[in-house]
Amino acid sequence: MHMADALLSPTVGTSFIAVSGSLVVYSAHRLARQPDERRVPLMGVFGAFVFAAQMINFTIPGTGSSGHLGGGMLLAMLLGPYAAFLVIASVLVVQSLFFLDGGVLALGTNIFNLGVWPCFLGLLIYRAVAGRRPHRWHGRLAREGSHGQDAHATPLRLWLATLVAVVASLELGALSVVLQTLLSRRSDLPFGRFAALMMGIHLPIALVEGAITATVVQYVWALRPTLFGAGQMHEQAAGSASARRETLVPVLISFLATTILLACVVAWFASPRPDGLEWSLAAVQEGRSATESSPLPLLERVQRKIALMPDYEFRRAADNESRGAGQTESGGESWPNVRVGTSLAGLLGAALTFVLICLVAAVLYWFRRHRGKSSA
Amino acid sequence: MTGHSAQMLDRLGYGETLIHRLDPRAKTLATLAFILTVVSFPKYSVAPLVPFAIYPLVFVILGQIPASVILKRTAAVSPFAVLVGIFNPLLDTAPMVRVAGVDVSGGWISFISILLRFTLTVSAALALIATTSFPRICQGLDALRVPRAFIVQMLFLYRYLFVLIEEAVRLKRARDLRRFGQRTGLRPRVAAALIGVLFLRTYERAERIYLAMCARGFDGHVRLARRLHFARTDLAFLVFSVAGCLALRVVPVVHWLGRLGESLL
Repeated sequence: MHMADALLSPTVGTSFIAVSGSLVVYSAHRLARQPDERRVPLMGVFGAFVFAAQMINFTIPGTGSSGHLGGGMLLAMLLGPYAAFLVIASVLVVQSLFFLDGGVLALGTNIFNLGVWPCFLGLLIYRAVAGRRPHRWHGRLAREGSHGQDAHATPLRLWLATLVAVVASLELGALSVVLQTLLSRRSDLPFGRFAALMMGIHLPIALVEGAITATVVQYVWALRPTLFGAGQMHEQAAGSASARRETLVPVLISFLATTILLACVVAWFASPRPDGLEWSLAAVQEGRSATESSPLPLLERVQRKIALMPDYEFRRAADNESRGAGQTESGGESWPNVRVGTSLAGLLGAALTFVLICLVAAVLYWFRRHRGKSSA
Repeated sequence: MTGHSAQMLDRLGYGETLIHRLDPRAKTLATLAFILTVVSFPKYSVAPLVPFAIYPLVFVILGQIPASVILKRTAAVSPFAVLVGIFNPLLDTAPMVRVAGVDVSGGWISFISILLRFTLTVSAALALIATTSFPRICQGLDALRVPRAFIVQMLFLYRYLFVLIEEAVRLKRARDLRRFGQRTGLRPRVAAALIGVLFLRTYERAERIYLAMCARGFDGHVRLARRLHFARTDLAFLVFSVAGCLALRVVPVVHWLGRLGESLL
C-alpha cells in the first residue's frame, strides 16, 4: 500500500514532487552521460519484472500473513543507483495509474520513500558491508585481477550486507511515510505511536525481503555470474576514484535533506508533552463525566491541559482556520470559545449540491446519447 | 493487484469519445489541479468538497466508463487511507457540531473528510487513465518536458508489463499444479527460487529484445512520434477545469445553497 492523496497536504505533496522530480531529472542526466544502448530494453523489461515478481506471494514465517517482494534493492544491485531509481519511479507511476495504488500527487512521496532509500542509501550500505566489488567474490570463485581487496567477502557477509541494506531502506521508507502524514496534518495519529507501529510492522517484512533478495541474488549468481557486474561496469571503467566521488553527491544531498527534515520534526516535538494517545484517553474520560452538562467546561479543561505545550499557539491557529472553514455556523471564533452550534446550513447545502450534481449527471447522459445519435 | 483489471483499464483508454480526444496534456494538468485543490481543503471540511464530484462525473459519463470499474477499483485501494483515517474519531473526541441533537466529534468530521478526499482523488486518477491511453499520457508528459529517458522507460515498461505478468502467472500455475492441493502458502525459499527463475528469464528476454531492436536498426536513440495538437477545445477544457476548481475552493457555494435552503424552509 502506497501513500494516498487523501492524507497529504498540498505543501508536502508538491515539495516531494519537486524533490523526486529533480532526482529523476538528475538520474536521467547521469545515465545520458554514460550511454549504453543495451540498458534501454533491460530497464524497461525489469520494470515489468517488478510487477511480475510482486505477484509471487509467499507466507511470512511466524505471522502467517502473505507478503511480496518490493524489488528496489534487487534492481539497485542489478542496474546501479540511477537506472534503478528511474525504473522504480516508472513502476510507481504505472502502479498509481493502472492499479490506483498510491495517489497522483503522492507520486512524489512514494518515489522518495520507495526509490531514494534503496537505490541511493541501501546500495551504499550494501557496498560498504560487502566490499567494493562484491560480485567478484560471490560463491567460491575469486575472479582474476583481484587486488587483494575484501578477500573476506564470504557468502555470509554478502547475505548480511543485503539484509542490512534492505532493512535500512524499508525502515527509513516507513519512517518517511509517518513524517509525511504528520506534516500534512490530515490525520490525528501521534508521531510516536504511528512511527513505532509502521516501523515495527515493516521490520519482519524487511527481514524476509532481505533474505529473499539475497537468495535470489545467490540463485542468479550460481547460474549467470556476470549479471551483477552490469550496473557497476561503467563506474569501474570511468575510474574508481572519480566514480566514487561522483556517486556520493546525490547521497549527500538526500542525507542533508533528511537531516534537516528530522531536525525540524524533532525540534517541534521536543517538549514535555504527554503521549498523544494517553492525552486523548484522559480527555475522553473527563468528557464522559461531563456529557450531561454543556460541552464548554470540557473544552476548557482540555485547553488547560494542552496549554503547557510549546506548539499550542501554532496548533490553535491552524485548528482555528480549519474549524472556521468547516460546518459550524459560528464561523471564525477562537478555539476555546467554539460554539457547538447547529450545522443545518452545511448539511442542507450538501444535500442540495448532491441534487444539483444528479441533475448535471442527467444532462450529461442526455448529451451523450444525443451526440451518439447525431453522429451515427 | 490483478492483471485483468489493469488490462481492462488499459483497453478503456483506447476509446473514441469526446473526452478521449482531448489533449493528454490538458487532461493531466487539469487532473493535477483538481487533486491539488481537493487536498488543499482544511482538515475539517466536508460540505465544500461535495461539488468537486462533478469533475470525475463528467469524465465517467462522457467518457463512457462503466460505473462498476470506478466503484470496484476505489474500494480495492481504500485500505491504507481508511486504516490511517479511522484513528481520527478515536483520537479527536472533542465535539464539534451538533446534528439532530447528537454531538459529533471533530474526529468523525475529519475522517469523513479523508474519505471524501480519497474518493475524489482516486476517481480523478481513474478518470484520467480510463480516458487516455498510456502511450498518449507519455506523449503528453514528453511534450511537458519530462526527461526522455524516463518516458522511454515508462513506454517500455508498459509494453512488456502484461507479457511479464502472464509469465509470472504461468510460473505460479506450474507450481500450483505440483502442490497436490496443499493448503499452506508458498514458503519464502520456494518463492525466492521462482523469482530467481523469473529474473533469469527476464534478463534473457531483455537480451533477445535488444538483438531484435538492433536487427531493426536501433542505434541507441529512441525516437518518439509527436502527434499532439493543442486545440482550442483543449485550452477551453483546461481553463474551465482549473477556474472551476479555484472557484469552488474559494467561493462557499455549498454554504450559500444551504442558507438559501434554510430561508426557503
